[in-house]
Amino acid sequence: MIDNGILRVIARFLIPFILLVGLYIQFHGEYSPGGGFQAGVVFAAGWILYVLIYGLERGLRVISLRAMYLLSAVGVLLYAFTGLAGVLLGGKYLDFTPFSSNPHTAQQIGIITVEFGVGLTVATVAMLLFTMFARRRGEWLEALEEEQEGGE
Amino acid sequence: MTLLELMPFIVLIPLIASGIVALLPGRILPWLVTLIAALASAVIAALVLPVAISEPPLSYPFGNWPPPFGIEYRVDAANAFVALLVSGMAAITLLWAPKRVASEIHGRLGTFYALFLLAVAGLLGITLTGDAFNVFVFLEISSLATYTLIAYGKDRRALLAAFRYLIMGTVGATFLLIGIAFLYMVTGTLNMADLAERLPELRDNNAVRAALAFIIVGMGLKLALLPLHLWLPNAYAYAPNFVTAFLAGTATKVALYVMLRFIFTVFAPDYSFVVLPLSTVLMVLAVAGMFAGSWVAMFQIHLKRMLAYSSIAQVGYMVLGVSLATATGLTAAFLHLFNHALIKTALFMAVGCVMYRTGSAKLDDLRGLGRQMPWTLTAFALAGLSIIGVPTTAGFISKWYLVLASIETGAWWLVVLILITSLMAVYYIWRVIEAAWFSDRPAGAAVVREAPLALLVPTWLVVALNFYFGIDTRLTVGASMAAADALLGSGVGLP
Repeated sequence: MIDNGILRVIARFLIPFILLVGLYIQFHGEYSPGGGFQAGVVFAAGWILYVLIYGLERGLRVISLRAMYLLSAVGVLLYAFTGLAGVLLGGKYLDFTPFSSNPHTAQQIGIITVEFGVGLTVATVAMLLFTMFARRRGEWLEALEEEQEGGE
Repeated sequence: MTLLELMPFIVLIPLIASGIVALLPGRILPWLVTLIAALASAVIAALVLPVAISEPPLSYPFGNWPPPFGIEYRVDAANAFVALLVSGMAAITLLWAPKRVASEIHGRLGTFYALFLLAVAGLLGITLTGDAFNVFVFLEISSLATYTLIAYGKDRRALLAAFRYLIMGTVGATFLLIGIAFLYMVTGTLNMADLAERLPELRDNNAVRAALAFIIVGMGLKLALLPLHLWLPNAYAYAPNFVTAFLAGTATKVALYVMLRFIFTVFAPDYSFVVLPLSTVLMVLAVAGMFAGSWVAMFQIHLKRMLAYSSIAQVGYMVLGVSLATATGLTAAFLHLFNHALIKTALFMAVGCVMYRTGSAKLDDLRGLGRQMPWTLTAFALAGLSIIGVPTTAGFISKWYLVLASIETGAWWLVVLILITSLMAVYYIWRVIEAAWFSDRPAGAAVVREAPLALLVPTWLVVALNFYFGIDTRLTVGASMAAADALLGSGVGLP
């Protein structure tokens, strides 16, 4: 869709804002509606729009399949180990109070870390899902082409 | 660290390990970490069970938010027993896994085992949590992981089976969610113990009635209770053998546990069994399931499908125990929940060994195999005795308690029905034995060797457990009685 001038210009204009909104929802999640899940989806949507316009190959140059895979697991682990830190510091699992003497700050540290893990995983998994389907379409188109060539 | 602090790690260890396993390269390392995680979780579950039986429920508040506000894990005899079953079965089937998975799934195994751990963590989470919404979340975690695991099957039909399970499973989970939403709407709480306190005031509320109906239908779907069982045969038949062996022993059992937890703890039996004709409905469906499942199993030519239909019949036995609504009936249900897991896992493992050598689970391809794979098929026959309910096997113990419970309520005719369906089980197990030992190997069939020890030893371990729990019933009967007591609440009278 790179040939369509309107799409290209609008996308180029919108993508940075989409990513920014994603990050805003991520880091404002403990005050306002939102949080890791929504942020991850919005952030991934920015990347998916980029792929729709510029093609999967360029999209994968931004973030490779391996990196998506790695980050999706890292996000889960970030969540899990933040929870574990609460236990190691003498509290309960996912207990953030031991993180700081100020209970307010402690909760903030905990929630932001945990939600960052969620956001990381959701964003990369959404990208992974999209990539899987996009790849299949490539295979499908190739198969279709071969068939047509064979038919002629 | 006290036992109470250790308890949530039954769920957390597999959950955390799944993230690590997903990143591990190669084929051996992911399996090893998975096994260690499952074993650790099983050991903790085994430590928790005696405490849960003898003492009041263990309660662990997550994030130190006190329950009704925060999420609480609340463990009594009922869920400690089921948790031990799930984590134990995971560990045992994992011992069997590496050789079997090697020929079924290619490439890196990190993702596969990470999904397996997620399924285990989900099932354990459902079991231990004391929060109704948390049940739904863990149900989705385990279900989504399970659909993917089924789709790993070699057969292309595995994809369709997984998709069908996905649709049916999602409908079931949605029903559960609607039920929980109704409860939340009228009570404003999601904590099960808190719900149990508030619901008696709302006896005449229609939303509460609807909630009970939705939850029972939703869990009936996950449990594969008769008219809602259609996803099960194909899912079991085409999933990788390791996945089938694990699921057959755990997934439907956990669904039954959730159903019981809602019927008995959240709604209390003097509500559930009065406001809905639950006793009658469950009994009719259970008996129908026992007959239909056994009947269809008698004519299956695919061994895994045959065992899957037999599972539907066995779910019938468990639900029959519940429908009697007595302490003995509930004990029988819990006993069969545990024993059937052992039986079916042993049978599916034996079939998995046959498939490892012959690549087929068709009855015709089994002809004359008894002499070439004696150990595998003897294991199958012995586990078959257990499903029939021959004395000294685990299957006998649970059927015995079921018969006792039926007599206790004066329902003699149920005893006859249980006997008839057991005879049907004799028939479908006998067909396999006849094909394997009393038919000649067809001319031109490839000569096969006995299954490797790596598969045989774990299979025989489960078969041995079947006989162990058929003779020494202290653990199973004791825990089942304690579980039934925990659900009924001491001294609560039944209608």
